[in-house]
Amino acid sequence: MEFEIQDDEIELLLQDLQERYGYDFTDYSKASLKRRINRLYSLDKFPSFALFRKQIQTDSIYFRRFVEEITVNVTEMFRDPSFYRILREEVLPVLATHPFIRIWHAGCSTGEEVYSMAILLREAGLLKKSLLYATDINPGVLERLKKGIFPLRFIKQYSENYIQSGGKDDFSRYYTAKYDWAKFDEQLTAKMVVATHNLVSDRSFNEFQLIFCRNVLIYFDRNLQNRALQLFDDSLDTLGFLALGAKENLKYSTIFRKYKQLENKERIWRKIA
Amino acid sequence: MAQNSIVKPIQLIVIGGSAGSLDVILKLMPALAPSLPVAILIVTHRKASSEDLLVDLLNSRGSWPVREAEEKEPVAPHAIYVAPSDYHLLIEKDFTFSLDVSEKVNYSRPSIDITFESAAEVYGEGLVAILLSGANADGVAGMKRVRSNGGTCVVQDPSTAEVSYMPAQAIEQGLAHHILPAEEMAAFINGLFTNDKNQ
Ligand SMILES: C[S@@+](CC[C@H](N)C(=O)[O-])C[C@H]1O[C@@H](n2cnc3c(N)ncnc32)[C@H](O)[C@@H]1O
Repeated sequence: MEFEIQDDEIELLLQDLQERYGYDFTDYSKASLKRRINRLYSLDKFPSFALFRKQIQTDSIYFRRFVEEITVNVTEMFRDPSFYRILREEVLPVLATHPFIRIWHAGCSTGEEVYSMAILLREAGLLKKSLLYATDINPGVLERLKKGIFPLRFIKQYSENYIQSGGKDDFSRYYTAKYDWAKFDEQLTAKMVVATHNLVSDRSFNEFQLIFCRNVLIYFDRNLQNRALQLFDDSLDTLGFLALGAKENLKYSTIFRKYKQLENKERIWRKIA
Repeated sequence: MAQNSIVKPIQLIVIGGSAGSLDVILKLMPALAPSLPVAILIVTHRKASSEDLLVDLLNSRGSWPVREAEEKEPVAPHAIYVAPSDYHLLIEKDFTFSLDVSEKVNYSRPSIDITFESAAEVYGEGLVAILLSGANADGVAGMKRVRSNGGTCVVQDPSTAEVSYMPAQAIEQGLAHHILPAEEMAAFINGLFTNDKNQ
């Protein structure tokens, strides 16, 4: 792929998004953003940058596509099985002591992570007293989450992940397969509260015992990472848990001193102050 | 040559490899001169979550410090970085690493193409890209960009590669400035910096 769109043009697009739609991507990591924008530009076969820019400015449906394509929505169920194993063994027993459990999945994409967590809660007998708040900047991915329908071709991988995470059941009890799709149990979906939420501009909206934000912060620069982490800190109970992606770290953040990482390699921190 | 002094010094070497490349990399390690003023980044295809093993393995082979590249970490000279498995690795204009979990490219994550392209954007002439053994076409498109941005392209001689497809593709497309047998890779890298001493 040749990079057709240059840095100064990307700055123009980001300004437009801010002025026209109130979406601020200026503190995103630029290398990935540039690659995604160029990918979309060639995918949609625009003849010139000017036409591309005009389409984003004037067509709000295309704008939605643009945001969905430049953000990365790739996800899977039980991604990093060892992470889910630690959730089962060390975090769920603590959550169990609460009369009511509130969990926030920030940047949940199409929801595979949320369904994975709902399955863990169900197996621990905690789903009834839990609510899983699922938020993302993209309304399109959330529509898919609400349907709970995922491609059947990924299910083999997901059930392997599930078993590695310590799952003891037959994974197929959680979905019904039809044609090329697996529809997950509606009892899982029923415990999810779904809403758009932009980590750049929206505020804290509740208090949680566990917050997931996995593979979202890698797309933010350090400054925006710190702002998002402050938002999580404001939304987390004392002694609550914060779970990041496998390659994300609190180590360099401004909230670091208030948190203690669990005694294993997984990226789960507990709020101690 | 007089012009040599205005050529941008080599700041980053990216080594991309797939099937059959690990051996080459392991042999290269102990043969590297002990203190070259350059960062080396290794991008190889391998199973998800085997990264720690590779870092340990490489650390046991030579005097250079080897670690997994962390997101937002500045690229420091005289260090060897390994791209974490299951993430694409990019480099920002401010010489820091970025990670990305977007779709696989050439069935691979990390994709050599993505790292080559992104390093080419940032380092231009200061980049050396090395493509080793492999069964896949990953790296070839990236090398094109390295070349057009003024970087140097080195390809393992396919006849010395356990799997020749990947390096052969790059050569067929006319991308290689240098075609080297596996055992000459380290000497080539060391040689990039010997002139500095005379200046
Ligand atoms: C790679 S996915 C991660 C999905 C899941 N958490 C996982 O780890 O598999 C990143 C998600 O972050 C969302 N995202 C990006 N910027 C965001 C923002 N400013 N606010 C909320 N979500 C955002 C994207 O839409 C995308 O769905």
